[in-house]
Amino acid sequence: MTSTDGAGAEPTGVAAVARRAAELLPEAGVITDHARLRTYECDGLTHYRVTPALVVIPEDAGQLAGIIAACAEHDVPYVARGSGTGLSGGALPHAEGVLVVTSRMRAIREVRREDQRAVVEPGVINLDVTRAATPHGYYYAPDPSSQQVCSIGGNLAENSGGAHCLKYGFTANHVLAADLVTPDGELVTLGGTAPDSPGYDLLGAVVGSEGTLGIATSVTVRLTRLPEEVRTVLVGFESTDQAGAATSAIIAAGVLPAAIEMMDALAIEAAEAAVHCNYPEGAGAVLVIELDGAADEVEQEYAEVERLCRDHGAFEQRLATDPADRALIWKGRKSAFAAVGRISPDYIVQDGVIPRTALPEVLHAIAELSASSGVRVANVFHAGDGNLHPLVLFDDAVEGAGEAAEQVSGAILDLCIQHGGSITGEHGVGVDKAAYMPRMYSDEDLDTMQLVRCAFDPRGISNPGKIFPTPRLCGEVPGRHKGPHPLQQAGLAEVF
Amino acid sequence: MPTATLTDAARRAVSDVCEVRDAEPLDGVDGVVPTLVARPTTTEGVAAVLRAAAGHGLTVVPRGRGTKLSWGRPPTSADVLLDLSGLDRLIDHAAGDLIVAAEAGMTLAELQQHVGGAGQRLCVDETVPGASVGGTLVANTSGPRRLVAGTMRDLLIGITVVRADGVVAKAGGRVVKNVAGYDLGKLMIGSFGTLAVVTEATFRLHPVPAARRWVTAPVEDARHAQRLAQEVIHSQCVPAAVEIDWPPVAGGVLTVLVEGRAEGVDARAATVRGLLGDFATETEDPPAGWSAYPWGSPEEGAERPTSLKLTFALSGLGAVLATARELDAEVPIAVSGSAGAGVAHAAIPAEAPVEGVSAAVERLRETCSRHGGSAVVLDAPAAVKAAVDPWGPVAALALMRRVKDQFDPDHRLSPGRFVGGI
Repeated sequence: MTSTDGAGAEPTGVAAVARRAAELLPEAGVITDHARLRTYECDGLTHYRVTPALVVIPEDAGQLAGIIAACAEHDVPYVARGSGTGLSGGALPHAEGVLVVTSRMRAIREVRREDQRAVVEPGVINLDVTRAATPHGYYYAPDPSSQQVCSIGGNLAENSGGAHCLKYGFTANHVLAADLVTPDGELVTLGGTAPDSPGYDLLGAVVGSEGTLGIATSVTVRLTRLPEEVRTVLVGFESTDQAGAATSAIIAAGVLPAAIEMMDALAIEAAEAAVHCNYPEGAGAVLVIELDGAADEVEQEYAEVERLCRDHGAFEQRLATDPADRALIWKGRKSAFAAVGRISPDYIVQDGVIPRTALPEVLHAIAELSASSGVRVANVFHAGDGNLHPLVLFDDAVEGAGEAAEQVSGAILDLCIQHGGSITGEHGVGVDKAAYMPRMYSDEDLDTMQLVRCAFDPRGISNPGKIFPTPRLCGEVPGRHKGPHPLQQAGLAEVF
Repeated sequence: MPTATLTDAARRAVSDVCEVRDAEPLDGVDGVVPTLVARPTTTEGVAAVLRAAAGHGLTVVPRGRGTKLSWGRPPTSADVLLDLSGLDRLIDHAAGDLIVAAEAGMTLAELQQHVGGAGQRLCVDETVPGASVGGTLVANTSGPRRLVAGTMRDLLIGITVVRADGVVAKAGGRVVKNVAGYDLGKLMIGSFGTLAVVTEATFRLHPVPAARRWVTAPVEDARHAQRLAQEVIHSQCVPAAVEIDWPPVAGGVLTVLVEGRAEGVDARAATVRGLLGDFATETEDPPAGWSAYPWGSPEEGAERPTSLKLTFALSGLGAVLATARELDAEVPIAVSGSAGAGVAHAAIPAEAPVEGVSAAVERLRETCSRHGGSAVVLDAPAAVKAAVDPWGPVAALALMRRVKDQFDPDHRLSPGRFVGGI
């Protein structure tokens, strides 16, 4: 009766959904042509590719809900896709399923300065929210490196972070409400314009659930006041040890910068080759530190940061003098992933997290792994919150190089877990890291997460095969209560 | 399902795994006196009690320090009161990582004392004196500091729970940034002990700022309060809290907290003073009643006042305050709370007539709902709870029931206390 991987879905099911989509959507919104379907075969993690059976591009919540209702009726799996920039294969299509693309739902419905809120559709680009809020003196704080192209719906699904989440938090801290099409095809509102809606925080469970609990069709976000003062400083150190120690000292001093980013020598080399960001020559590591807030406060924090960096061996500190200068500093950092393409034909991006104090130890262990395996690793990361993005470099044309890189990559995740960290800080589990989930969580932990899945998606049709390595069928859960509930029998509760 | 008495077998099953005693009237949960009180001291102990309870179909109501046990609806049944005050240990305080892990029964005050030694704090106010970490979490209480640091929702990074079937599960971890798997912690926050029993929690901490300044000014009326609150939140003074104190009948006070480094705080406090007008005053200590709810601490045994949580979009502040003032003719209402965050609390005296209270709740509910929020009756005299739906309308209730049915299919955890009779 139920299916978690959709393998049992009949082709006729997809055909039925396609027919329904053709009734609901304009012709351009339904794609069945194989060549065009292939355009959608991967997201930002390009080494996983699956051609979907059908692509639909709805224009509003009603159309989207209608399509999901048809999927539910015919037990057809579906996957939601925003801009397709995700780095864990979260929007990887299902071969016998429907890919629901939100790129035509791009309206910014409201910007309400007095409430510090904006209401946007899921396909709206992250940076466009900030652009719409800036004239009011506000911005949208979560800023993934892909913010010029990634969508708010995708951010919500992945609980996206960014360089500035050290101070401002993640998507989960900035989304107040969402209209959600559940895997039954029903449209429900979770959360509200005001905080703390009564009842379970279902929105909190949905944010970061990687599209497995439904698709958002409208998102209410918190807007943050643009800071009075921003200072961005680029600091050169001889080693990552020094840079790591400086980071810890800054945090220990009670300074909470908006961002502290670190790049090691190899990452600097790549960034220089790609965008000529003019980082300090000969640096073994650089920190990009950004302070923001009230002008007086920033002034004093900057003096302290400057002193702490000097005390920990900084040989050069370059304060951005104007917005262009600041943009160049950030360009080096934000283009780092793409830049690595300049020094290596292929690479794997990892997203492990460790407690900040374990930074020096883990970086040494990564260096040892790299040395013993001969696999180069460039390190770019959010040092302030211990979120590492090791870039494991390889050449797929060399036999065995891909496997060697995979091994180093996996060993790095194991290091993170050993230090009490996480396998993913902001990119999500997707298909890419599902196999690592049992290393981080027990069977009981994963089984408990599945309870949430079964409540929202008992058929297992919403983005199946992601996050969980071996999802169990909802009907199989042992000890599940069958028949009417005691409260219902007692007449105290209604059945919905 | 047994209610008043347990079978010998059921009693034995629980007492075999845990220290138990017979309940006394003081153990009552909003008037419902349980049969047994079990006091395990570890997560494994809690799991053993819940397995025994599951084996005999017993209902279980968890209790932290018992400071908010009368909130919500009274449970429909309480065979076992699960006293978590024995889980009171600090598990880990990693000062360098600004992380603390504690057992759920530890008091919030004690946790703050531990981390305060390192110049750190868990950025949630102790709004109910003596509350436990777990109780603060499952009731999702908050005070003035929520404006910048948020609530438990924004601070919790890892959690250990015991399910109704006795299975121990963890989610999250001990790093701030972590998106691996579902965020079960968020589901537990504000769940009133109806989904699972929280036994351990890990939080992110913040440094205690070097300097603080409270700037206080009287407000003329609701519209004035709204205007001043708007000016402060849109200013560049980065307020740590913007609180309104709105007593019954007349008067009102807006208080802005500014935190940071000494010199910066001076300048920003001066800016706030400028915004708040000629009557603004500045202190280095919190004003009386700061971070306390408007209903105070009623004496043991006394009838409790009607206590409400009001939420609203920031532009609705004036309307909420005006509604409270208009209702004063019928019942006196004291309001206080986070004008800058859109969350306030209201108190109506216990002796106010039930019809008046019901009408007031309806009016407040209507106003809050018009401004994107809600009015929840947290606590009230029994007659009021019988007359009004404490939770009010709840969106997505059907989906919430499905979540409950998955976690607690037999409805044995705190049955009936939560929204929609969950």
